[in-house]
Amino acid sequence: MAKIVAGIGTSHVPSIGVAYDQGRQEEPDWKPLFDGYGPVKEWLKEIQPDIAIVVYNDHGCDFFFDKYPTFAVGAAETYPVGDEGWGRRPLPDFPGDADFSWHLCNSLVYDEFDITVCQEMEVEHGFMVPMHLCWDHDDGWPVQVVPVAVNVIQHPLPTAARCWKLGQAIRRAAESYGKDRKVVILGTGGMSHQLNGARFGYLNSQFDNDFLDKIESDPAALTAMTHQQIMEEAGAEAVELIMWLTMRGAIEGPVRQVHRHYYAPMTTGMGLIALEAAS
Amino acid sequence: MAEQVDKSRPIANTKVFTDEETRRGYRLNKFAMSLCKPQNRDAFKENEEAFLAASDLTEVEKQLIRDRDWRAIMDEYGGNIYMIMKIGAVIGQGLYQIGAHQRGQTYEQFLDTRNASGAR
Ligand SMILES: [Fe+2]
Repeated sequence: MAKIVAGIGTSHVPSIGVAYDQGRQEEPDWKPLFDGYGPVKEWLKEIQPDIAIVVYNDHGCDFFFDKYPTFAVGAAETYPVGDEGWGRRPLPDFPGDADFSWHLCNSLVYDEFDITVCQEMEVEHGFMVPMHLCWDHDDGWPVQVVPVAVNVIQHPLPTAARCWKLGQAIRRAAESYGKDRKVVILGTGGMSHQLNGARFGYLNSQFDNDFLDKIESDPAALTAMTHQQIMEEAGAEAVELIMWLTMRGAIEGPVRQVHRHYYAPMTTGMGLIALEAAS
Repeated sequence: MAEQVDKSRPIANTKVFTDEETRRGYRLNKFAMSLCKPQNRDAFKENEEAFLAASDLTEVEKQLIRDRDWRAIMDEYGGNIYMIMKIGAVIGQGLYQIGAHQRGQTYEQFLDTRNASGAR
């Protein structure tokens, strides 16, 4: 079976990618953010997962509003770096594990999650920023990936509770896989931010820190939140945080916190939490 | 049907990207999405008027782009920020410039409100 050994919740702010590509990690205003990922990188080197399931949203790279899937799962051997409108970033393409992905897709659909299966999928900042924050890749990516895209940008969005249940279904799928694999799941996006209207730049660090507490110790409380509540308290675009619940649903039960970090320099609360299944 | 977006409780100074917004903004957002293709970015940069003329935008929408009127695009015409950013990128205005305009501030004024504005 494939075992989900760890979960990571992380922001995926695009400006992090730009700073990274420009080698600005040591600049005073960026350093706290990049340093915050050091312990997670080290920990991942120790546990050496085979597969990373990355729950993210496409911000207009491979999907547009002509047909925008609520849930889409990658089922390819490779995922190319997409062009979001500012050129292809200098990152290697991402290796997939199509056998595992197809098992996941079969299992999810028969478990009543009617996902869109993607045999070609270009990935973008929502997926890539967490990847390069968590893994070095000078010799190529050390894990195989499964992109799981969630609609968190065009309402109606799936509910927080639905995202949690997707995580539970991902776990059931993994556990019924025929080969032994070590899996880590990443829930990405947020934290508090708003990018539209005169409320642009709205941040709520208290909300973010409370969310970091609860994602670890009381995720059920978060699954009860409506999109309206999240948007009122943390900004319209903070609703992306529902994707962290997919991560947590996949490692439901007691967890051990490995690392936690928070930094809010500009317009987005940049949060990070790493959890290990406490078995 | 349990309500997830409560339209009776509008959030001040906020557009929630609902059915109304995505229908209203469809042409503008689709135009922006086309800029994921480098040849379209090149064509836009080379001759903005010709590129706008070849689009299916209405005259009003074309004028919003000529005016770089991000506030109106977002508040009144259904712009989705993730799409509209692609127009900004071709023009040379980033997310924070678009944001400052939406707030009715200069870029510098907006940066002064941030915790660590070097992280941009
Ligand atoms: Fe995002």
